[in-house]
Amino acid sequence: MSLTTESPADLMGRYEPGGFFDELFGGPAHPAPHTRLIRERLSRLDFSELKRRADDAEKELYNLGITFLVYFQQQATDRILPFDIIPRVLSAEEWAHLEAGIIQRVTALNLFLHDVYHDQKILKDGVIPADLVLGNPNFRPQMMGIDVPHGTYIHINGTDLVRDGDGTFRVLEDNGRVPSGVSYVVENRHMMQRVFPDLLAGIGIRPVGNYGVKLHEALCQVAPHQGGDDPRVVLLSPGAYNSAYFEHIFLAREMGVPLVEGRDLVVQDDKVYMKTTDGLAQVHSIYRRINDDFLDPKAFNPDSALGVPGILEAYRKGNVALANAIGTGVADDKAVYAYVPRMIRYYLDQDAIIPNVETNICREAEGLKYTLANLDRLVVKPVGEAGGYGITIGPRAAKAELDECRAKLVADPANYISQPMIPLSVCPTLVEDGIEPRHVDLRPFAITGEKTWVLPGGLSRVALRKGSLVVNSSQGGGSKDTWVLERPVA
Amino acid sequence: MNHLLARYAESIFWMARYMERAENLARILDVETFDRDEDGAKNWLPVVRMNADEERFFTKHQETSAETVLHFYILDADNPTSILSAVGAARENARILRPWISLEMWSQINVFYKEMQGLGAKDLALHNLNRLCTRIKEACQAHTGITEGTFYRDQGWYFYQLGKAIERADQTTRLLDIKYHTLLPTAEGGELVHHFSQWNTVLRSAAGYHAFRRENRRAMTPDSVAAFMLFNESFPRSVTQCVRLIDMFLHRLKSRYNLRGGNAAMEKVDEIQHMLQTRSIDDVIRGGLHHYLDHLQFQLSTVTSAIGRDFFGQDLAAT
Repeated sequence: MSLTTESPADLMGRYEPGGFFDELFGGPAHPAPHTRLIRERLSRLDFSELKRRADDAEKELYNLGITFLVYFQQQATDRILPFDIIPRVLSAEEWAHLEAGIIQRVTALNLFLHDVYHDQKILKDGVIPADLVLGNPNFRPQMMGIDVPHGTYIHINGTDLVRDGDGTFRVLEDNGRVPSGVSYVVENRHMMQRVFPDLLAGIGIRPVGNYGVKLHEALCQVAPHQGGDDPRVVLLSPGAYNSAYFEHIFLAREMGVPLVEGRDLVVQDDKVYMKTTDGLAQVHSIYRRINDDFLDPKAFNPDSALGVPGILEAYRKGNVALANAIGTGVADDKAVYAYVPRMIRYYLDQDAIIPNVETNICREAEGLKYTLANLDRLVVKPVGEAGGYGITIGPRAAKAELDECRAKLVADPANYISQPMIPLSVCPTLVEDGIEPRHVDLRPFAITGEKTWVLPGGLSRVALRKGSLVVNSSQGGGSKDTWVLERPVA
Repeated sequence: MNHLLARYAESIFWMARYMERAENLARILDVETFDRDEDGAKNWLPVVRMNADEERFFTKHQETSAETVLHFYILDADNPTSILSAVGAARENARILRPWISLEMWSQINVFYKEMQGLGAKDLALHNLNRLCTRIKEACQAHTGITEGTFYRDQGWYFYQLGKAIERADQTTRLLDIKYHTLLPTAEGGELVHHFSQWNTVLRSAAGYHAFRRENRRAMTPDSVAAFMLFNESFPRSVTQCVRLIDMFLHRLKSRYNLRGGNAAMEKVDEIQHMLQTRSIDDVIRGGLHHYLDHLQFQLSTVTSAIGRDFFGQDLAAT
C-alpha cells in the first residue's frame, strides 16, 4: 500500500517522536492537552491534502519574494526559507513562563551594558572576569560614559531557546546585536491563515501582526526630544544584496518608514539627515541592520562603504537614537552568556526564570580540562561565530574531526565554550512521504523602549534533515508557525 | 508632512520607465510580424537601429533575422535594451521600493520577471510570437492597472507618472523614427502601397489605428500619421499628450508638496511644448523628421537629467 493513500488517522497514529520531547504530543511527564483539538483537526486531513497545501504555501512565498539570498561560489540565489505547515503550539501557561523569563533576561542584559559602559561595578566585584569584557572585540570604548535613553541598549533582542528531554526550556544563546527572523514569524502566520483557515478557526491564537507598531513605538520612545511628537524614524540596511534584505523591507513596511542605505544619509553639525526630494530632512531614530564595524567608517572599519561617516559623533551627542545601541555585542557573546544567570542575580537579586544550558568556559582551566576529557560527549562552539558555523558536535563527530577540534581548543581555548548535547525537542513535520519528528528551537523577540514587550511565540526553526540538530537557515533549516494559545487549558 | 526619500523617487521614476519600455518593445516586435511578406532581413534592421544598437548587435550576430533580433530584444539578458533586461530593471527598482509600494504591485512584477526568465527559444518561434508579445503587453498593462488601483497618491505617484510619460513620449519618437526613411523624397510612385502598410504598422503598434481612422477617414498618408503621433491632443501615446502630462505632473508635484526643485525641468518642458506647438508637420518633414525626432529625444533626456539633479539627491553630496 502506498503511503499517499493511507488514511489520515494512520499518518498521525503511526507518528513516533523517538524518545524526544514532542511539541505537539508532549512527553511522558507532560502530556499536551492544550493541543488536543489541533491534533484532531490535523488527523482529519490526508497526506495528499497536506502536501497540496504545503506546495501552495511554498509557491506563494516564492511569488511574494519572501526570500533570502544565498551566496554560493559568488552567485547570489533567491531562496525561500522552507516553511513547514504543521504548527508548533505553546500553551498560555508555557508562554507566561517564557515571557517572564525573557523580560527578566533582557532587563539584566541592559543593566549589564549600562554598568559596563559606566562604573563597571560587576567587573570590580569580580562577578564576571574583567578581561572577558574589556578584552572582548565587541567592547566599544567609544560608548564609555554615554547615557542612552531609558538605559536601553538592546532594543531588539532574540533569545534562542531549546527544550530538553524532559520539556524544560533553556536559553542556548542571546542575540543582542542585530537578531533576524522576526519577519518569518509574521509572514508564517499570514501564510497559515491563507492555507489553513480550517485549522486555526476558533482556536484562540495570540496575534503577531502588531510587531511593526511596537517596534516603531519603541524607536519613538528613545528618539531625542528634538524629534517632537512624531520623530523621523528610518531603517538602515546594508542594501539589496544583504541576505536578510527581505526582513529589512518587511520591517520598514510594517513601521511605515523608509528603508535607507548609508548613501541616503549624511551627517552635518553632528546631526543625521536623509536625502529627500526636497533636500535634507533630519532623522531622529534609526533601526540599523548594520553591524557596529560597518556603521561609521570614521570611527570603526574605515573601508566600510555601507555606513554613515560621522554618525557615531551624532549618536554620542544624543542627536540621534540607534537601535540597537553600539557595543551590545559584549553582552551576547557566547562566553559572557555563561555568566548571565549570575548577572541576573547580581542586578535583580533573582534566580534566572529560564535556565541556561550548562556551559563550560574553556578560557578557564577547569572548563578546558573537562571539555578535553569529554570531547566526544560535548558540543564545542567558537564564541565569535553565528549561524551555526564552526561548531563540533562531539557525539556525531568522526575521530579526525574531534582531533581537529582538540587541536583548536588547545591552541586558543579562550575562543571556545562547550555544552552537553541537548536532546532538542521535536515537532511533527511534513516530509517527503509522511509526517516525521524533526528537531526544533525557538527564538522569541523582545522589544524594549521604555519597557520590554515580547512578541507572543517567536520563530520556531526546524532542522529538516532527519536526525539533524542544526536549525540554521544557512544549513538546511526551515521554520514553522508558532502558536501561543490565548486561553489556559480548562 | 512626509518627505520622500530621494532614492525612492528615483526608483519609482525608473520602475515606471522600464515597464513602459518593455510594453513598447513588445508592441514593436509583435507588429513587425505583420510585414512578413517582405524581405525579412530588411524588416528587422530598423528595430536594431531604433535604439542605436547596431554595434552591440553585430558583434553578437551576423545578420538581422527574425531569430537573432527577437532573441536579442526579448530574451538576451546581456543586452540592456532587451525586454528581459527592462523587466529585470523594473523588478530591481520594485525590490528597492517594496517597503513603499503595494504588495500586489511587487508580487506581479516579481512573478512576471520570473516568467520572462523561464522563456526559451521555442517561445520566440514566429508562430508563438504574437502570443508572447500579447502576454508581455498584458503583463505590463496589469502592472499599470494594479498601480492605478493601489499606489498611494503621495509624491511618489507624481514621479511614477513623470517616468511613464517621459518614457512613452520617447518611445513614440523612436517608433516614428523607424519609419522616417520612408518619408525621404522618392521618385517612384510605386512605393505608395508599401508606405501605406508601413504606416499602418506604426499605428497598430501604438494601438492608434482606430483612433487615427476616426480622425482621418479619407486617407492615410505618411505625414498625417506622423502628425497624429506627434501632435494629436487626445491620443494617449502622442508626444504632445505625453509632454502635457509631464508638464502637468511637474507643476502639481511642485505646488502640492511645496518643493524647492523642479524649475529647470519645467523650463525644458516649456521648450519642448514650444517645439510641438509652433511647427506644422510640413515644416517638420521639410526640416527632416529624423532630425526633429532626434532633437525631441535629446530634450526629453535633459528633462530627465534636470529631474535627477533636483529631486534624486544627486547634488546632496556628503560633507
